[in-house]
Amino acid sequence: MNALLQIDQLSVRYDGREVLRALSLEVARGELVALMGPSGVGKTTALRAVAALQPFDGGRIVVDGFALEPGPVPPEARLAPLRRRVGFVFQAHALFEHLTALDNVTLALRHVLGKTRAAADAVATTLLTELDVGARASAWPRQLSGGEAQRVAIARALAPDPPLLLMDEPTAALDPARRSVLGATLRRLCQQGRGLLVSTHDAEFARAHADRVMTLTA
Amino acid sequence: MIAALALCLAAAQHPTQILVWGGDAEGGAPFVEADPADPSRVRGFDVEVADRIARGLGRSRAQFLQVQWSSIDQSVERGDFAIGLSGVEDTPARRARHAVTLPYFEFREVLAVRPEDASRIHSLTDMRGRRVATLGSTIAYDMLLGARDSTGLIAISYDDDVHPYSDLVAGRVDAVLLDHIIAQRALRRRGGSGFVILAQPVAIGHYVGVLAEANAALRDSIDLVLREAMRDGSLEQIFRRWNVWDDSQGTFFERTLREPRTAATAVTAATAGGAWLSYLPSLTRAAAITLLVSILSMALAVMLGLALASGRVYGRAVLRIATTLYIEIVRGTPLLLQLFVIYYGLAGVVRLPAFLAAVLALGLNYAAYEAEIYRGALEAVPGIQLEAGRTLGFSEFQILRLIRGPQALRYALAPMTNDFVALLKDSALVSVITVVELTKQTAIYATNIGSWVVPGALCAVVYLAMSLPLSRLARRLERRWRAP
Repeated sequence: MNALLQIDQLSVRYDGREVLRALSLEVARGELVALMGPSGVGKTTALRAVAALQPFDGGRIVVDGFALEPGPVPPEARLAPLRRRVGFVFQAHALFEHLTALDNVTLALRHVLGKTRAAADAVATTLLTELDVGARASAWPRQLSGGEAQRVAIARALAPDPPLLLMDEPTAALDPARRSVLGATLRRLCQQGRGLLVSTHDAEFARAHADRVMTLTA
Repeated sequence: MIAALALCLAAAQHPTQILVWGGDAEGGAPFVEADPADPSRVRGFDVEVADRIARGLGRSRAQFLQVQWSSIDQSVERGDFAIGLSGVEDTPARRARHAVTLPYFEFREVLAVRPEDASRIHSLTDMRGRRVATLGSTIAYDMLLGARDSTGLIAISYDDDVHPYSDLVAGRVDAVLLDHIIAQRALRRRGGSGFVILAQPVAIGHYVGVLAEANAALRDSIDLVLREAMRDGSLEQIFRRWNVWDDSQGTFFERTLREPRTAATAVTAATAGGAWLSYLPSLTRAAAITLLVSILSMALAVMLGLALASGRVYGRAVLRIATTLYIEIVRGTPLLLQLFVIYYGLAGVVRLPAFLAAVLALGLNYAAYEAEIYRGALEAVPGIQLEAGRTLGFSEFQILRLIRGPQALRYALAPMTNDFVALLKDSALVSVITVVELTKQTAIYATNIGSWVVPGALCAVVYLAMSLPLSRLARRLERRWRAP
């Protein structure tokens, strides 16, 4: 098996209610997989389980050789290998409000990966420029538009250079023109050899940019 | 109810029938105390002196009005009662500002010391570098302040006359200077042990009745009654009943009756104008103490508050329950009570110096409030940012230090500054455990000059000078972190 992400028979229950039942999917390097389905069907839950932000009740998740098992989320110290492998872009972006766009991107580089400020700044500036927000590096999160904030959030998730990127509803707040720019950006990330798992409502976006579409049903 | 109303009206129509007199029952026996048999009534030699005066004036009876001892002068000028009696001392300042009666009792200012010191200490001159306690706003306190420079003693003022003696026995102070009947009463309470009263008096003083300055005519009538009571032996009987009669009283009565009028009226008062200048150094010193107590307590409150808030937000169930319990107990009980418990209540376990006890009590109290501010601020940082931190590989401690803490600090700074302003004012409470800070110093000053106008205004200006810049800072911080 050469899959970057393998989800096998994943099931999640909330208060006895089954939110996800036996979800199985794979994402290979260089592949963009869209996870579709109506609201409440468990798309976000699946992404959060892969990022070990919540426990799951059955099945197995393997990210580039690192396996997650059912039961409580393991302590952060045991998750370090997973954190290096998975980047997460939240629907609400979740930028750190007290830091500029640049510092949002450099924070993990400096304090998790131990890079110097100069080295971290260089990586962050390159990423922000590639994502077309290089001019906004010194702006505060609340000064950014929705599209700008999303690209800063992508840059932040990519900064530690994870092979797998999870994105939760990235098109939700974008107009059609921005959506196709985002699609092109995500394709470029795939060309760099990353695997992307993207949850979305947007069938048109999924058809236009995903290699595979996986639809969840209630 | 109608009957009660009628009674009130009748009383109002004949106000001269009853002699209303003010005193402080907290001062206790033998002056004035609540009657153990019927706590709604008072008893004591001053109660009987008031009755004797009322009888002599032809009034139906004397009626007691409770007033704080240090406020008797101001209260009588306000017209709250006709005469103040409660171990009120005869001082030049009092004579200059109020109508004061003939002295009716002679007391001796005596030193009380621990038995092991009795052979070494004979007078105030032996007290260099030692702590001498007394009641604030008394002749004894003025004497200690006067002796401070010449003898190098440390004067400690108390709000009551019980704790100076318990602190003497506990070793917190080295001597107590007070009226001999107060010293004797304290010794009886301790079963005659714990300290000794030096035989040689430091000074002689007299108790008088105090009336409003405009009430000199009534004072003259009362003087006649007092002379009569000295002559007919009724005053002697009262003092004998309360066990405070001795030979020196007889000599004092004879001397008083020989003199046509009281001699003390000639004593000059401190010049009112410019007097406040002489208080500036002590007010400045007191303001510095207020500021120091506030800053140190706030530092303690911030550190302990952070620990408590972390316990509530991050701790396991037991820690969460313990911190919540602390916060609720501290916030649910008066700071005044906490001060008493820490200073007096814990004295059996650990004898804290007053200043340290003040800082501890304020700090421990405010920590509970700070903890709630920090908890609110920590919880105000969106949880999704903490999750973003986790996905980036930060440890929980790094998330607190780099993401949650800095944002929470912004939310907390303005309310913290407001709390500091509140603490600055609450620090006035520490005067109850003998720390003379700004408000206490102002009260001493006001008692001495007999007016609150200038001292009150000065004190307010100093508090405002300390608190207004802080309030401004709080507003600026709030504005700065709301934008852009």
